[in-house]
Amino acid sequence: MDVELLDIRQHMVGNPPFDTLSDDLLDEVAAAVEVGYFRAGTMICEDGQPTKDLYYIRSGAVEVYRRNGELFNRFGEGDIFGYFDLLRNQRVRFPVKAIEDTLVYFIPDELFRRLCDEDEQFADFVEVGRPRLETTVDHQHHDNTMMTTRVRKLISRLPVMIEADATIQTAAATMCDENVSSVLVLSAEEEASSRTFVLGDGKQWRTLGILTDQDLRTRVLAAGLDAAMPVAEVVTRELIAIQSDESVHEAMLCMLRNNIHHLPVLHRRRPVGVLHLSDIIRYETNSSLYLVGNIYSQSSLKGLERLEADVRRSFVGLIEDGANSQMVGSALSTIGRSFTRRLIELAEEELGPPPVPYCFMVMGSMARNEQAIVTDQDNALVLDDSFDHERHDAYFLALAQRISDGLDACGYTYCKGDIMATNPRWRQPLRVWKQYFHDWIADPNPERLLHSSIFFDLDHVYGEEDFVEELQDLVADQASQSPRFLAAMARNALNRTPPLGFFRTFVMEKDGKQNNSINLKRRGTAPLVDLIRVHALACGSRAQNSFDRLDDIAKTQLLVGRSSERIRYALEFISMVRIRHQVIDIQEEREPDNNIEPENVSDTERHNLKDAFQVLSNAQKFLKFRYPLPS
Amino acid sequence: MHKLPFGTPHHGQNAWPDYLADRAGRVRDPALKRFFGAYDLDPAMPIGEVPLVALDLETTGLDERRHAIVSVGLVPFTQQRIQLPRRRYWVVKPPRPLSQRSITFHRITHSEIAEAPDLDEILDELFEALAGRLVVVHYRHIERPFLDAAVKARRGEGMRFPVIDTMSLEAQLHRQSRWARFKRWIGRPPASIRLHDSRLRYGLPPYQGHHALVDALATAELFQAQLATHFDPQAPLHRFWH
Repeated sequence: MDVELLDIRQHMVGNPPFDTLSDDLLDEVAAAVEVGYFRAGTMICEDGQPTKDLYYIRSGAVEVYRRNGELFNRFGEGDIFGYFDLLRNQRVRFPVKAIEDTLVYFIPDELFRRLCDEDEQFADFVEVGRPRLETTVDHQHHDNTMMTTRVRKLISRLPVMIEADATIQTAAATMCDENVSSVLVLSAEEEASSRTFVLGDGKQWRTLGILTDQDLRTRVLAAGLDAAMPVAEVVTRELIAIQSDESVHEAMLCMLRNNIHHLPVLHRRRPVGVLHLSDIIRYETNSSLYLVGNIYSQSSLKGLERLEADVRRSFVGLIEDGANSQMVGSALSTIGRSFTRRLIELAEEELGPPPVPYCFMVMGSMARNEQAIVTDQDNALVLDDSFDHERHDAYFLALAQRISDGLDACGYTYCKGDIMATNPRWRQPLRVWKQYFHDWIADPNPERLLHSSIFFDLDHVYGEEDFVEELQDLVADQASQSPRFLAAMARNALNRTPPLGFFRTFVMEKDGKQNNSINLKRRGTAPLVDLIRVHALACGSRAQNSFDRLDDIAKTQLLVGRSSERIRYALEFISMVRIRHQVIDIQEEREPDNNIEPENVSDTERHNLKDAFQVLSNAQKFLKFRYPLPS
Repeated sequence: MHKLPFGTPHHGQNAWPDYLADRAGRVRDPALKRFFGAYDLDPAMPIGEVPLVALDLETTGLDERRHAIVSVGLVPFTQQRIQLPRRRYWVVKPPRPLSQRSITFHRITHSEIAEAPDLDEILDELFEALAGRLVVVHYRHIERPFLDAAVKARRGEGMRFPVIDTMSLEAQLHRQSRWARFKRWIGRPPASIRLHDSRLRYGLPPYQGHHALVDALATAELFQAQLATHFDPQAPLHRFWH
């Protein structure tokens, strides 16, 4: 590499899609660029002119337009543009203007095509066929954290250690006191050797071996040995251990290979912990399962409230373990449902059995199994048709009140739209609910649906499951038959538009305005969920989860080509960005929210978000076209 | 000896074609003959159409009689494009040993230079690369006199040629304007016209300086920026050259 080109190379290597290129290809790119300067306000590419280069912005900023003059996007330092035109007919269809004094590196067409041929990721980045968004999402999922997580992360405490001349009984007593199922047995050594290590006392020690519960049973009790004998007599001398920076995967293999349940973890020669097989199992089966068990064992609201911190911990743990958004959504929804069920059980204990059968129904994200860490409650009561307001409602109001207050105390804030079972309107017998849904579908009014579209994600949490299933059937059967309803839902789904793009430290809106933060739920996941719901209702799907709905939609001819796949990737990516930023909030002890600041978004993330919002924008356009308001 | 057409850009502006044609007819060294013969520059030619080449030398000091060239970098370009793939860069061995001070200045080491050829060996290639293009430099009192002296020492004949000086342009724009004089009058320091500082005024990125090729590239970019900012591409060449 010529030293004079280092500066160019250095700059490009910091930006996608060059950041992943091989050194050889990168050298070639740096050696092949031509350079041009454009003053602010001048055109870099004019409509219709032939184009032979890919453009890389070394400094400055540009605006890209559609042919009708509408602003398409803005790009700044480190961005590339012009590849659409290059890949199509080599004529400019997206004119570009410098909005600041701009220095551009031109990468010749020939080399651009070679980069696409020889580097899959580069091709993914620029080709329409497989957008970079999908690649990123796939890469995220292929990371197996067991292979990369180091064993030391699983250690929760220092090992319990005793000296070799202690008695077996002392060893057993120590294990009881410390509540552990194994101890490490050490012997003091006179001189340092390749097997010794120094402890806090400054002395040389050697690990003789490990003594476990099982050893006490098989080697001591079954063999009738005297508990006053030194542990050195019964300790397993062949110490099988693992270094603390090995992977969790390696630790598991080691245990399986040697058929052991306890694995001492060493830092060099010094023991730093003992791993139990259950640690690995717990690590593998995400810890939210344990949390759920814990929720059901609580006997009071106070106990449940105390678990709020555990919810955040297991949320962070899930992400650290490489969970995708669907796993996170389903884990958090399961946790939310568990809180709800346990609160209902506690309320029933207090209030006595219900006077008529009922079903506690949840709506919104919990019904979709897409709950996030920041969430409010949406619920309702579906009562048996034998319900009599005068005689029974006091019970159900009290029940609803306890659940709603309890959920709020556990971190699920009250619904701002008052969609809760405490509202008499949403505490009705099944036949009234059927009438509600029937009216909404038969006589939709966009204004009304805006507030109640939340009811079109519904699921049972407690009580008579049939009640909700009847409602789900009704919706699935009637919605697809009602073009007016679908059109009204589609109008609602268009209310929230994605931001056009990220630019430097702000988000640029379609009207050219700037925002300093972006609400990823309001501008990203929610409109995606909305539009998926419309298509799902149109094809009679009974699924509630957005990804399941996309599976159902993909089975029909409703969306052309790979649209449903693109929507899936966009939803997954935006959800993950949102989730990851919430994890960072929690780790840095801030209250997590749905807002991210563009300056905290990495280059790759920024590019992918741009793509994801573009997918959303295109999908919304199609929605508008597909479900026109009947005249 | 010819009277050289120096002075203000507007003075004797039409003397360069005659001088160059005259030299082409007289020089004996074949490489120099080709170099002078390749000039085809009409003073009225629009600057946007002139083939250009940015040139930078690293030297052991500032006096062409006492100091020597250690590296040469050049990049052909036009008002629209800098043809970086056609860049040339040579390290050459100066006839006199390097001083420690000059090494720290341009970071070319003794061993790099020990293996380098004498300037004479690269002259033919250098003339070839410059031929037919108007040389652009930042501060014209280095490249031209150093090359003139070095070529004269090796081929017995000197070489003078027209140049565009981005520093001089910058001085005109930022030091000789009425506004600049007013600012000086109220005691404000004059704008720096060093390569790096000049580039910043046009939003050009900072580069690692003091490498002949990087500086040549930096100069080419600066001239593109000056043209884009202050001049019409139709502006005649004679407004620029010295």
